[in-house]
Amino acid sequence: MTDQIFNWTRRGVLAAGVAMSLALSATAPVQAQTPPGVLIVGQIAEPKALDPAAVTAVNDFRILMNVYDGLVRYKSGTLEVEPALAESWEISEDGTEYTFSLREGVKFHDGTDFDAEAVKFNFDRMLKEDHPFHDTGPFPLAFFFSAVEEVTVVDPMTVTFKLNAPYAPFLSNLAYPTGLIVSPAAVEANGADFGRNPVGTGPFKFAEWRSNEAVVVEANPDYWDGASALQAVVFRPITDANTRTAEMLAGGIDVMVEVPPVALSEFEGEQFSVLEQAGPHVWFLILNAKEGPFADKKVRQAANYAVNKTALVEQVLEGTADVAAGPTPPAFAWAYNEALEPYPYDPEKAKALLAEAGAEGAELTFFVTEGGSGMLDPIAMGTAIQADLEAVGFDVKIETYEWNTFLGEVNPGLEGKADMAEMAWMTNDPDTLPYLALRTDAWPDKGGFNSGYYSNPEVDKLLEDARVATDQGERAKLYQEMQTIVQDDAPWVFVANWKQNAVTSDRVEGFELEPSFFLLLKDVVKN
Amino acid sequence: MGGYILKRLVSAIPVLFGITVIVFLIMAMIPGDPALAILGSYATPENVEKLNRDLGLDQPLVARYFIWLGNMLTGDFGRSFSLNRPVIDEVLDRFSATLILAGTSLVLCAIFGIAAGVVSAARQYGFADKAITFAVLLGISIPSFFLGMMMILLFAVRWKMLPVSGMYAIYGGGDLPDLLNHLIMPALALAVVATGVVARLSRSAMLEVLRQDFVRTARAKGVPEGRVVWGHALRAAMVTIIPVLGVQAGFVLSGAVYIEMVFQWPGVGRMLVDAILKRDILLVQGGVVFVAACYVLFNIAVDVAQSVLDPRIKT
Repeated sequence: MTDQIFNWTRRGVLAAGVAMSLALSATAPVQAQTPPGVLIVGQIAEPKALDPAAVTAVNDFRILMNVYDGLVRYKSGTLEVEPALAESWEISEDGTEYTFSLREGVKFHDGTDFDAEAVKFNFDRMLKEDHPFHDTGPFPLAFFFSAVEEVTVVDPMTVTFKLNAPYAPFLSNLAYPTGLIVSPAAVEANGADFGRNPVGTGPFKFAEWRSNEAVVVEANPDYWDGASALQAVVFRPITDANTRTAEMLAGGIDVMVEVPPVALSEFEGEQFSVLEQAGPHVWFLILNAKEGPFADKKVRQAANYAVNKTALVEQVLEGTADVAAGPTPPAFAWAYNEALEPYPYDPEKAKALLAEAGAEGAELTFFVTEGGSGMLDPIAMGTAIQADLEAVGFDVKIETYEWNTFLGEVNPGLEGKADMAEMAWMTNDPDTLPYLALRTDAWPDKGGFNSGYYSNPEVDKLLEDARVATDQGERAKLYQEMQTIVQDDAPWVFVANWKQNAVTSDRVEGFELEPSFFLLLKDVVKN
Repeated sequence: MGGYILKRLVSAIPVLFGITVIVFLIMAMIPGDPALAILGSYATPENVEKLNRDLGLDQPLVARYFIWLGNMLTGDFGRSFSLNRPVIDEVLDRFSATLILAGTSLVLCAIFGIAAGVVSAARQYGFADKAITFAVLLGISIPSFFLGMMMILLFAVRWKMLPVSGMYAIYGGGDLPDLLNHLIMPALALAVVATGVVARLSRSAMLEVLRQDFVRTARAKGVPEGRVVWGHALRAAMVTIIPVLGVQAGFVLSGAVYIEMVFQWPGVGRMLVDAILKRDILLVQGGVVFVAACYVLFNIAVDVAQSVLDPRIKT
């Protein structure tokens, strides 16, 4: 018995080995070229879902923006809204009622009509707990529309949003992926699986999702804004940045997003183009203004003078970011204060300020994260910052945390734990970050992100006023004033604004990056 | 024999139960909750609380454990929130990819490792022995992920002979040659270290056996040397080698994590890494329990195989 089994095993092993080596030698080692008209995009991760109301990651937004439309969208190359599925809108005097006239003749990819009922369905699904399809959530970013009290269908092509108070960022929130419009019929048909069977009105319609391999979308020939010249787009998740770079070099993908700074030099040849675009991102250090050395404004300013931001963006980040001047990224061109100059690198001035404040040799605890959304190269940046601060006489101790743990430590506030922490934000409106992270009413115990306890009544008032002003020019003035005050108060060390980058092969034409960091592929050509 | 297998299976139950407790507690204890991971910058306490309620994470720990365990016993592993699909679908998809990769590596390391060990032992201190010993040392010393990256640079980027990553071609693939084409590099990279270990142990096992009386007897009887080595001696040495293969199976399964990252192989190791970073509790728990169960079963299979080979091991 044992004898037989053993003999069989040996023969089996032998046969398997021979079969294996035959098979290995038989495979044709020729790489198929990617076909023309089909754009292969190297993504950074597998998407969670293709339901715009349910996702939060930029990685997912890159697909969604090509499958769906919103009522409004960002004008190409800017962060200003323009009509999309809504042709026009009116805002009531008091800023609490937005009435949209919808585009006629638009159809979802499943053939159903886009109309006012569809708009109402979308927002009720997200916002009303008793809506029959509210359970297709959760909808983590629904609070973008928490000001919406009621959505009313006026006639098939007119819809009104009633807000509980004036809320100026409402339109740009509608342009954000959370505001993209899905097909009600498809939600009804698929329920919780809608996220894997998405139906929108966008320039591409969903074709196929092979888990961990690819999401395929095909051109929508009837697109209201002109059909794409592409036949299809394939989004491939390649989480490892080195592997993504290798795929790009080998021709396995046509477009690669989020190129690691150290890999940029690989793409200097003629067969590649490197693109970059500054976005609504700011990388900063939260300073604990409640206790310890940073309670003194002079010490906070000293830290701003002490950090060599130019060296950080040029050497650590290899030029993939610009030096930040204040709390608002320049990508919000309309609201940005052009007069702001970044704090210059001036260690002598920093030392003088420290001496003035009597804070020489102050001990600092510095929270550093290992990674995280928009955090760029946080460990290398943290140690460079530590060296700069020690050069002017601080004594800095770094504590490093994994990203989620880090958020769990920093978001509840730095009091009793640390003097400073790294942080980065990407937002869609100049209101979001200062409103959530600089107001007195945004201290952590009140549910905000002001983890450094900055407080200036003047800034509070400017931000509250800007939120209810519906005139963009007026809002811009308020934000610009806010930036001047905040820069001088220095609740943060303003470090960098990230530039999103991408590489395309020479077979790709018409590819552009947007300041919103979205990826819009309708006008791309692949030869 | 049947009784023995049954006994081993029953004894595996407490192990698996312990694993469910441990993995559940670890996921409950690590800082940072899923709502935080989903909301990121927008994780206000209010938003976190609401999302945790929507995810069913607001219930007491013990209740959550028993709900999870109860559901799992009825075959319901729950739904992954980070991938928005049933955990069991995802785990089965990913585990089969890992099995293809790790299985191929295991076969490769068994064939090449045993062959190298036997040749080495039969020609002790000869040229072949020295060459093999050197190659084995080299193989054991190179980290597999580094080897993988070098292979990509040479075979995929420079010579464009093989695809860089993935399991199937994105366009016009999906058949067996396509799979093998994608499998060559990761399977080899993963097999190298394990091959070295198997070769070393096979060599020493063979040396041990070749000194024994029955080998001398066989030679004295005039049995050809090839049959003595590959027939008589190897068979006796297999009793020592097979448990090593069992250990190596565990090794290639865990080593697959790195290789799956480098080659973007859609396997269970990469899935678990992603799931842990996203605090996808149900996916981590379901994945770990599933993999652990497979590993336990595999070890039982190895023990059974050993007792078949060597009747002295009590069943």
